[in-house]
Order: sequence, then C-alpha cells, then structure tokens
Amino acid sequence: MTTPATAELHKTALNATHRRLGAKMVDFGGWDMPLEYSGILAEHEAVRTRAGLFDVSHMGEIDIRGAGALDLVQWVTCNNAAKLTVGQAQYSGLMTTTGTFVDDLLVHKLSDTHYLLCVNAGNQDADFEHIVSANRFDAKAENAGARYSQLAIQGPRAKEILQRLTSVPLDPIRYYHFAFGKVDGVECLIARTGYTGEDGFEIYFEPELSNKLWSALLAAGESAGMLPCGLGARNTLRLEAGMCLYGHEIDETTTPWEAGLGWICKPDKGPFLGHDALRRQKEAGIRRKLIGFEMLDKRIARDGYPVFVGGREAGRVTSGGPAPFLKKNIGMAYVPPNSASAGAEIEISVRGQSAPARIIALPFYKRPH
Amino acid sequence: MYPTDYRYTKDHEWIKAEGGIGTIGITDYAQQELGDVVFVELPRVGAHLKAGASLGTVESVKAVSEIFSPVSGEVTETNATLADAPETINKDPHRAAWFVKVRLANPAEANGLMDAAAYQAYIAGKAKEHSA
Repeated sequence: MTTPATAELHKTALNATHRRLGAKMVDFGGWDMPLEYSGILAEHEAVRTRAGLFDVSHMGEIDIRGAGALDLVQWVTCNNAAKLTVGQAQYSGLMTTTGTFVDDLLVHKLSDTHYLLCVNAGNQDADFEHIVSANRFDAKAENAGARYSQLAIQGPRAKEILQRLTSVPLDPIRYYHFAFGKVDGVECLIARTGYTGEDGFEIYFEPELSNKLWSALLAAGESAGMLPCGLGARNTLRLEAGMCLYGHEIDETTTPWEAGLGWICKPDKGPFLGHDALRRQKEAGIRRKLIGFEMLDKRIARDGYPVFVGGREAGRVTSGGPAPFLKKNIGMAYVPPNSASAGAEIEISVRGQSAPARIIALPFYKRPH
Repeated sequence: MYPTDYRYTKDHEWIKAEGGIGTIGITDYAQQELGDVVFVELPRVGAHLKAGASLGTVESVKAVSEIFSPVSGEVTETNATLADAPETINKDPHRAAWFVKVRLANPAEANGLMDAAAYQAYIAGKAKEHSA
C-alpha cells in the first residue's frame, strides 16, 4: 500500500520509481524517501550476503573551490584533509567552536583547488551556512545538492555488479578512494565508500539520467540477487556496523573523543574551529563515552530508552534495535568512562521494565572479506 | 482473505469466538503496515483482559505497537511459537499467528464488532484516505 507525498516534502529524481516499485514511503528529514520495498530484514540480508541498491540522493553535497579550498576545509573540519591525495576521501566532522559536531561528512579531494563534501540530508543548509560564515579564505563554497543524484551499491557482490556497467576498473579503486568514469554511459564520481559495513560504492552524477541508471543497476544486479533497499535497512546496517548517525550518537553536544571518533580528530594538524576546546578535553579527559551493548533477553532497546549502570541512570540509548545478521538486539549509549568496559552488565529500561544488557566492543559487525 | 467467521476491530485485531472462547490475533492489513515483526509481548495465562485495553505489544524493526483486546475475558492460552518465530505474524496472521485465547466474559460481545465485509470496506476506505 503506497503512502501519499505531501506537497512540502523534497523528492529525489527517483521518487516515482520508488512508488512504482511499491516502496513504503516515509518522511525523512523533509524528504519523501523509501523506507522499504520487500522488507527491512530481506533488504538487510541482501546487503550482507549479496548486494543492495540505495537511492541516497537526499544527501547533501557542498563544493569547495579555489586556491584556499584546502585552508577552508581544514578550518571547518577536525580531520586532516592535507593528508588527502587527489582521488582520496576521508570521514570527518564539521566542528562548532566548542569541538562538537555540526555534522559528520565525507571530504573528497578532487584537485588541490577542489574538494567535494558529502553531508547529511537534514543538515545541508545549516552546514552550508556554517561553512560560508567561517570562510575567510580564497575559496568559494557552493551548496550543490540539487546538482547531484547519488546511489549506493553495497554488498560482497556490489563490485561485480557495478563492473558490468562501467569500463573503469573497479578493483584498483581502494577503500575511501574514488575515480571518474561512465556508468551505463552516465558520467559519475565512483567512490569506494558506504554506510553499511560492507564493500561497495557510492556514485555521484547529474540527476537527469537517474532513472536510467537506477534501472540499469537493478537489471545488472538481478541475477546476483541484488535488491532495492530503503532507509530502514540503511539504518539497521549502519547500526550493526557500529556507525554513528547524526542526531543520535553525535550532535552539537558531543565531541569526537566522546563518540569514539578520535581517529578522525587531528588537533596536531593546525588551528581549526573547535581546536582549543578539543585539546582541553583531550587533556582533562572525557566525562562520557559511547559504548555498544547487546540485550541479554529477547527484548529490544529503542532510541531514547534510559540506561542504568550500577543501578544509577547513566544516559539514554542513542540508537537501538535488532541486528538482523547477527541475530541479536543491540544499541549504543553514552556511559561514564569508568563504567565503559566490555563485559560490564547494564540495564535498559524498556517501557518501565528493567532489561539486562552487556557492553560489547564496537563495531558489532565487521565484514569477513 | 478475511475469514468470514471472524470479527474485526478498527485497530486491526481479529477475534474468532466459538463455544465461549475467543481466539485473538492481528489482521493481514496490520502486519503489512507493521513490516517485519521481530518481537511480541503477550499477557500471562490468567490475565484479565478488558475490551479496548492493551493486551500486549508487537514490535517491528522500527517501532512498537500496542495490541488492544477486542473483548473482555480471562486469558486461557498464549501462542508459544511467537516467541521464537515472530515472523509467523507476517506469514500467517489469521491462523498460525494467533496471540491469545480468552474465556469470554460475555460470549455475545464479539458480535458487536465489524464482520469481514465491513472490515474490508473499512480498510479500503483507509487506502483511499491515504492516497487523497
């Protein structure tokens, strides 16, 4: 049963296609997006064992160009973009002056004078305004979301399927690197990145031929058992892979150190927004730490449920739900750092009843190949 | 599709009343709306249910939904297979995925609920409303 779109929701170029495929649609941050087609569990399983195709065109893109492009990128992000080679990408954080997250994002280096940022759908405009306000460099930022469609092909068979549609050799594109080339005749930026914990690609291209490319990819992936996948599976996959979601594990109150994202935070790279606050917190120590947990009985911890450590309320579940491939129920939460050891037993209040859980190391799932 | 010997509620529960016992579940429409069911919480045997009050919850991947009892009565049996195989609710909502059996406080109570034709008209109306 299809759900209607309200006039105010943004739509990607593939909206009619998703509806035609029978997708259950959902309002995701103001975007009319597919939640699921054949079912979240089936789609999750497809990505873990074969391949899945996602329309992620709602994601934002910000182009940064000019002689001072690197300076601007360095100033507004916490990772060290100076380490990037042309054709390389890095996961990073857009920082407030207090070292907390305005957004998380991918930074791609296209040339010494051109960087492409991929940001969260709901934060595009705020991120752009933030970057423009911080721009005192010889660089220009462009809010380019409308110029890009984006598809993600994820799973162990993703490469094999995508290779059928492009003469660009995909094997040599290493993880977190990208190349330019034609996919089914459409010019694309082909990046070996993803939000599922599997191997796969995210391709960026101009919206005009979105439907042609989507159909070609689905057809190319049919014999391999690739399924179209919605935001429901996108969320279960990233949670199972221990990946953060803005607005849940990270937001304007959390720093990279607290979120276990110290590996993308490089105060040694030089000055940037939030640098001093981050240095201070590194020295003083964090007051809370992001942990992963698994439920010990069959109950499911949901976003926002209270977490108890040693009988005292320690925080709330930031993301919680089933891990379909691991066949257990998991979640993430912030707890005091000295209560954060793997193996420690905690309790989640599930609608007023105490449910036992155990802290386990992140990521929950790591791909075997 | 919707058994003619069942009665139905606006919240998409069904009840088959026979010989003073009511068997209760959720409808095919409900399971489609929910998506993949991953967990069910049922009342204990002996629990006293009131018509319109919650008898438990059914959880999909994304959400928790309450199940409301169509009738008043005492729970005599709960479906143990749902604990290990909650997906039965998606596969066979009207038969294998019954939730509870109750001894009906008032054996005629279920007659006041929608029959299959009325329920089908009700959900067809919902579909129209959704696409308006």
